Amino acid sequence: MVEVSPAPLRLVVDDERALRPRPGASVPVVESEVQLRALLRALSGVDAVGAEARAAKLATRSLKRETKRAAIDLALSMVDLTTLEGADTPGRVASLCAKARRPDPEEPDTPTVAAVCVYPDLVSTAKTHLAGSGVRVASVATAFPSGRASRAVKLLDVADAVVAGADEVDMVIDRGAFLAGRLGEVFDEVVAVREACGPAHLKVILEVGELVTYDNVRRASWLAMLAGADFIKTSTGKVAVNATLPTTLVMLEAVRDFAESTGRLVGVKAAGGIRTTKEALRYLVVVNETAGSAWLDPALFRFGASSLVNDLLLQRRKQRSGAYARPDRISVD
Amino acid sequence: MDDAPASTLSALEYDPAPESAALARLRERYGLFVGGAFVEASDGATFETLNPATEEPLAHVARAGDADVAAAVAAARRAYDKVWRKTSGAQRAKYLYRIARLIQERSRELAVLESLDNGKPIRESRDVDVPLAAAYFFYYAGWADKLDHAGFGPDPRPLGVAGQIIPWNFPLLMAAWKLAPALAAGNTCVLKPAETTPLSALALAEILQQAELPDGVVNVVTGDGSTGAALVASPVDKVAFTGSTEVGKLIQRRVAGRPIRLTLELGGKGANIVFDDAPIDEVVEGIVDGIFFNQGHVCCAGSRLLVQESVAEEVLRRLRRRVDQLRVGDPLDKNTDVGAINSAAQLEKIRELTAFGEREGATRYTSPCALPERGYWFAPTVFTDVAQTHRIAREEVFGPVLSVLTFRTPEEAVAKANNTTYGLACGVWSEKGSRTLWVAERLRAGVVWANTYNRFDPASPFGGVRESGFGREGGRHGLEAYLDV
Repeated sequence: MVEVSPAPLRLVVDDERALRPRPGASVPVVESEVQLRALLRALSGVDAVGAEARAAKLATRSLKRETKRAAIDLALSMVDLTTLEGADTPGRVASLCAKARRPDPEEPDTPTVAAVCVYPDLVSTAKTHLAGSGVRVASVATAFPSGRASRAVKLLDVADAVVAGADEVDMVIDRGAFLAGRLGEVFDEVVAVREACGPAHLKVILEVGELVTYDNVRRASWLAMLAGADFIKTSTGKVAVNATLPTTLVMLEAVRDFAESTGRLVGVKAAGGIRTTKEALRYLVVVNETAGSAWLDPALFRFGASSLVNDLLLQRRKQRSGAYARPDRISVD
Repeated sequence: MDDAPASTLSALEYDPAPESAALARLRERYGLFVGGAFVEASDGATFETLNPATEEPLAHVARAGDADVAAAVAAARRAYDKVWRKTSGAQRAKYLYRIARLIQERSRELAVLESLDNGKPIRESRDVDVPLAAAYFFYYAGWADKLDHAGFGPDPRPLGVAGQIIPWNFPLLMAAWKLAPALAAGNTCVLKPAETTPLSALALAEILQQAELPDGVVNVVTGDGSTGAALVASPVDKVAFTGSTEVGKLIQRRVAGRPIRLTLELGGKGANIVFDDAPIDEVVEGIVDGIFFNQGHVCCAGSRLLVQESVAEEVLRRLRRRVDQLRVGDPLDKNTDVGAINSAAQLEKIRELTAFGEREGATRYTSPCALPERGYWFAPTVFTDVAQTHRIAREEVFGPVLSVLTFRTPEEAVAKANNTTYGLACGVWSEKGSRTLWVAERLRAGVVWANTYNRFDPASPFGGVRESGFGREGGRHGLEAYLDV
């Protein structure tokens, strides 16, 4: 297996009680499937009732006034504006890119979103329309969403996206191999994709709705991080269960613990099903109180969503003017 | 990701999100509830109840003297003889269902009132105390016409008049725990709330009026310890007490030799036992819920953490991080995790015991959270290097103070957990079911929680052994305390 070199330490928080790696922290080099299995088995289990209770409790936090305004802007800046349909066209992607650059033309100080997320064949279109905007282009790859293709095909898919200029690649893990216990295979594939990405950032989609148990989510999170993921992502958005608050909580615990024991910060992307500002703010609270303030940054937390943006814009206007704007004042894309 | 949009904030510093105090509909004066009406004390005496978060007075409340207690007991006796003993189970159920629904309808008012008078965070009064109070009424409403099938033989009879004395830590919920089974079984009641938290019981009395519960079936007498003593000395058929072990023993002496049934729910020094295979993130939450829920003013609090030595360091590191996160402050703020200590006297007791802990050589860690200037506050505190001989390991602190001890084997965990004069509740944390059952079988405690703590349900009996008292509240077992069986 390929040795993974840890990314440079990026613990930027000056708060003395903030998370910091333990002395001698480094990413362990995984040399065999036996060792990988031992590493993942050594992780503490997750009690489902307890994890769900914790998430439900955090969901009762109430964000008001300045906090709410700041959180809405932060959430906007964390959105990967996504279109992943068979019916996608260059025109559709162009209009989405315009939205990404200026989400609310009547409110010029509205932050731009983090990225536009498309299929590989539309990366060049997105790239053209986002040139100079600072908005990144993310592409799904590796036979998204099922991942049911040979390694060679998956790597070609990745190469396609990277050559077209993708800044970020969202891969899917082989859930079949993971559930069958072929962990080395899953690991090797992430490592191979990581290499194929070159300078592009790698987000590893766990597809939590198919892993089902929180124990699996925690183990898959660690597997992906050990294999070099820059981000771990909940879901494709294409199965029945996508991002949930407790699942995201478990993944945030994983990145926190990983940072503490290796010194490397990995991001989390919650994707699928998050449509309202209220839900998005709950996620930010869970980020804040689980991984900590370092993760309140588009570099380390993202929302994979499409309709969420318009609700954020509506609520943003409400915060400023005190009244809800007519939905028609917000562009429909 | 240098070209990523700049973050707009470094941390979510939550702005204040207070619930409105006006929702409590506070009145300047509150009377006693006797014979279905609110009345002044016969000698006109009153006392002040304070908001422990500000030390400001909330209201003047009538102080019941001997004559008032006698009048309340007489009203309960009349109501029992003339009305309630002849009321069918189905009819009693109807009233209980009504009360439950009215609690739900007035839940916001009750939650705010409870937080004002007690100091507990609104999140807990809103999400725990008030919904559970309604749930106990709903649950026992269901039993009222099914007593024949409760396992106590055909047609079990009520006891008569019950004198019920409740503590200040869960004022409304404890009133529900006492009243709901008593009324379902066909008894009438005289309820005596704690001196520092009389208001929610009086709001509940208003609800009983609204529900058109017959006059005198429930009476509420407010006052201090002397009011409680007068109630215990009265010609009642049953005394139910929740409170300190010291007062419980006193009551037991007072009722000895009289034809009075007694149940006592007293103090505790609960052990929360963490094995090395336990789910660590949920363990940390469970420890926090066990000792910092309701400022640690919980008789079954997990105030002794027994953690396996091999994971002690890891658990404590995570616990400390989590304790630092607890938001201490305004009980009415929806984001507050830990509210105010209920009274100056309780704060003094916590301070005394924690000072003793330091003197005895335990290592103290206190959350660096800022505390408001006025009011009664105590920052969440964890003691490590605690020995079984220390007072903080043996005595009930009844505050946000955790004592951490370690163990090496399951046998040692059980021996240490049982090494207390109390026996109310314990927690066991392990992913291994067989071990959890092995430990639970050997713990001398009325309640054992597995992979959770401080979880309550009306269908589940609750109560202690040894100096934690006797008798059960909740579930089918809770009926036995109010039936002549």
